[in-house]
Amino acid sequence: MKIIVCVKQVPDAKDVRLDPKTNTLSREGVQSIINPYDRHALEEAVRLKEKHGGTVTVLTMGPPQAAEILRESVSCGADEAVLVSDRAFAGADTLATTYTLSQAIRKIGGADLILCGKQAIDGDTAQVGPGLAVRMDIPYVTCVRRIAQVNEKSFVVERLMDDGYDEVEVELPALFTVVKEINEPRLPSLKGKMKAKKLAITTLTAADIDADTAQLGLKGSPTWVVRVFAPQLKGERTMLEGTVQEQVDQLAEKLMEWC
Amino acid sequence: MDYFLTEEQQMIVDLSRQIADELIIPQRAALDESEEFPKDILDAVAKADLFGIYIPEEYGGFGAGTFEIVLALEQFGRGCVGVATAFAASALGAFPIMISGSEEMKQKYLPDIASGSKKAAFALTEANAGSDASGIQTTAVLDGDEWVLNGTKQWITNAGEAKIYTVIAITDRSKGPRGASMFVVEDTDPGFSYGVKEKKLGIRASSTRELIFKDCRIPKDRLIGREGTGFITVMKTLDKSRPGIAILGVGLGQAALDEAVTYAKQRVQFGKPIISFQAVQHMLADMAIQLEAARALVYAAAKHIDAHPKDMSKASSMCKVFATDMAMKVTVDAVQVLGGYGYMRDYPVEKMMRDAKILQIYEGTNQIQRNVVGQELNKEYTKA
Amino acid sequence: MLLIDIDACIGCGLCEANCAFDAIHVVDGIAEVNENCTLCGGCVDFCEAGALKIEGREYEEKDKLAAWSGIWVYAEYRHGRIAPVTHELLGAGRKLADRKKVPLSAVLLTDKAGEVPAQLISQGADQVYVVEDQALAQFTDEAYGNALEDLARKYKPEVILAGATAIGRSFIPRVATSLKTGLTADCTQLDIQQEDGALLQTRPAFGGNIMATIACPNTRPQMATVRPLVMKANAPDPARKGKIINCPIAPGRLASRVKVRNFVALEGDQVNLNEADIVVSGGRGLESEKGFQMIAELAHLLDGAVAASRAAVDSGWMPYPHQVGQTGKTVSPKVYIACGISGAIQHLVGMQSSDTIVAINRDPNAPIFDVATYGVVGDVFEILPKLIEKIKQLRSS
Repeated sequence: MKIIVCVKQVPDAKDVRLDPKTNTLSREGVQSIINPYDRHALEEAVRLKEKHGGTVTVLTMGPPQAAEILRESVSCGADEAVLVSDRAFAGADTLATTYTLSQAIRKIGGADLILCGKQAIDGDTAQVGPGLAVRMDIPYVTCVRRIAQVNEKSFVVERLMDDGYDEVEVELPALFTVVKEINEPRLPSLKGKMKAKKLAITTLTAADIDADTAQLGLKGSPTWVVRVFAPQLKGERTMLEGTVQEQVDQLAEKLMEWC
Repeated sequence: MDYFLTEEQQMIVDLSRQIADELIIPQRAALDESEEFPKDILDAVAKADLFGIYIPEEYGGFGAGTFEIVLALEQFGRGCVGVATAFAASALGAFPIMISGSEEMKQKYLPDIASGSKKAAFALTEANAGSDASGIQTTAVLDGDEWVLNGTKQWITNAGEAKIYTVIAITDRSKGPRGASMFVVEDTDPGFSYGVKEKKLGIRASSTRELIFKDCRIPKDRLIGREGTGFITVMKTLDKSRPGIAILGVGLGQAALDEAVTYAKQRVQFGKPIISFQAVQHMLADMAIQLEAARALVYAAAKHIDAHPKDMSKASSMCKVFATDMAMKVTVDAVQVLGGYGYMRDYPVEKMMRDAKILQIYEGTNQIQRNVVGQELNKEYTKA
Repeated sequence: MLLIDIDACIGCGLCEANCAFDAIHVVDGIAEVNENCTLCGGCVDFCEAGALKIEGREYEEKDKLAAWSGIWVYAEYRHGRIAPVTHELLGAGRKLADRKKVPLSAVLLTDKAGEVPAQLISQGADQVYVVEDQALAQFTDEAYGNALEDLARKYKPEVILAGATAIGRSFIPRVATSLKTGLTADCTQLDIQQEDGALLQTRPAFGGNIMATIACPNTRPQMATVRPLVMKANAPDPARKGKIINCPIAPGRLASRVKVRNFVALEGDQVNLNEADIVVSGGRGLESEKGFQMIAELAHLLDGAVAASRAAVDSGWMPYPHQVGQTGKTVSPKVYIACGISGAIQHLVGMQSSDTIVAINRDPNAPIFDVATYGVVGDVFEILPKLIEKIKQLRSS
């Protein structure tokens, strides 16, 4: 089974903050990490490979330092790594990103299964998985919480919905986006790290993937960010005063009114 | 400070640090409370290939040395000395086989230890033989094709969890220092059982029990090396393992320093964070200085031991004494810096203080270590 | 690329002061950009000297775009139930449609339409496009996506809105990619831009630490999925009139390479949290699982649901289905009582649209008080037991 896992290097979102006074994004001390959902996608791919044979290739579209997460992925079981990097990709929204990724995947020969994390924790859109599947003209399932059956030409998976989960059968080749419940990602191993250190990462530019420049980067992005601002918090802030008993009495009375 | 690690050494540090941060630290308080053996954490350490760091490649290990295992233990110690001790004790149990075992014996046991699928344990101490190792009373008598062991070992780390035990027993009392031998006992051997789990001040996640040998019969080939070389193997084992204990002190000291400084920056009294008061600053400075000195000494000793395996004793004892005394002082000071909060179980430093004490006691008390250094000095200066 | 006209630049520094990414600085009197630049264009707006321009940002001709008109809402209908977010979007969509003086339409994809189109009209739709086909009995991305795409190509809506539900976030990106148009996910605010009537879509990013406003100036339709429980539905008006348009879809378009075999429902507990009028929530300040017993008791007394902050769930005091926040559920009850919760932004995004928020925390500077309607500075371990007592007392009298 040939599996491609799409991964993304993101800033550790919980640490990124916008100072409301200066309106500046504070980048100090913010680590770059592999998107947490992608770790689960990679783990699932490696488990499939260990059980059914095949290869796992990790792919990322990013600046040169994104190679770090590719090596990290190899140390956790991936076999090959591809970096798609070019200044022409800058400013890409999800439409331009899916175009670029699909061109790259075609260049490296496609796959039986493409796995993605449900969403990236910086953009939070969850759009790249589905969009990529459309570009590759393959069926897809989002929010996969379990792969229940692996058959030669199809999979049966559990798709998380708002009211429970659906059991669905999908023909291969296919794309899944996965949620965290699917597995517990492994830590790297020392042997894996040694392999990652030695591995040659395939680097592809826009020209290498036969890209139409009009569909790349900013030019290829129909959505534009118009404004970025710190979330505003508005509350009436009526503080209940007095002794503990007095505060409690006031609060209890209000609750009786509302409930 | 930059210790100019190689890429491979840095990999070991990064991997061990990740394990400490993601697995050990989140669970350490609960493990201390429940006194449960950290099986899941050790399984993850095994999957990460770390159990075999020091075992030669031909037996499935990584083929690195004392320095590399010290790097891993430093990170684990920063996480929890109890968990780290469980890991280190397996190495301690494996050393006699590596130092004195035959080729067949190494082939038989080392691959499983390297993969982490079987843990090892080292059994020397008895009720009457602590610092005075010659006082051991466990005996091994050859009966046909089997050795028969009788006696009780005390306070053995990993007892009950390990599958491979390297045990020293008296084989010929009349031969004095040449009268003991080491054996491999497996958990399934008949006549071998464990005592009840000890209740300890610290390192509670580590499993400490008696080993009880009652006509325990083991095959002849379980003898490690030649008969009568038991004490020699023990001495070499302890020389080799001491930097591992010493570095636990360094990891522990680092964890304590981290807590103390972080706290001192946040805690505001008299209108200022307490780190702005010289009294506190000087305490933290002394902690940091002693910690770094210990780290440098342990690293140097580990490298020396890897390069000069016949000249281990002095370096080994020096680093053990210094780093473990440092850890005791630094953790006590960390509790002091955190004040009332430091005394509360909700905060991690009281456990660190409790964990530190054992480092000054096991694997040769710090008093014995000073004896060793003194004797080495005597030997050194006699030549001139 | 951000282009800086060095002749026009007067070095006033407004760009530097307003750059969210610390990407532009005035050096020796001229603006310089570094690699932090994300081409968001914020500085271009601030520059009074007109010295800044984003290359490649040309506006499409208005005529091409004028052919696209009307506001559409995807009506999510699953297991015999119209998803509440649909009504919320009809509420929000109604405002947008009235502002632009265009019709508001709902799109229903189903195997059996029944009374649903009438309900959608009563909630504010002027017309309902209905695709009724057995192939739509179960939700599949390909069938639903192709159907909506074909409708959009035929009827050319200017805006398509859908709930940011599991279904919405799954198939709407398919439609947007096929139509080669822009899609903004999980919006919490929708506005119309003064100058050109374009849709401004605001959403949280970086886990809720930042808000971003997105526009889709050059392609149509402008698409957005909208977070549930943020917009307000209108009261249903059964007297409202509207058109029902039945739309056949070309054969083959409703085929799907994914087949739904089975459905397994969620445990009842979790459904409670989303629908409850009263939610009592606990955070780190409760210190242990035992602390949550008070929360449970208070919730039980008030006939409400129990929720928890991420810190409490991570510490194991409450299971994940009760987590409220950016990585948990969004709730919007009548009353949300936050006990021992500091109010980190990741939690607030999950509950700040509640009607009334009560915060109990011993730290007077806790950010939770910034969104609270009523605040009590105090120790939850003192307040909650007394509150429980008092309520029991008031009840019995």
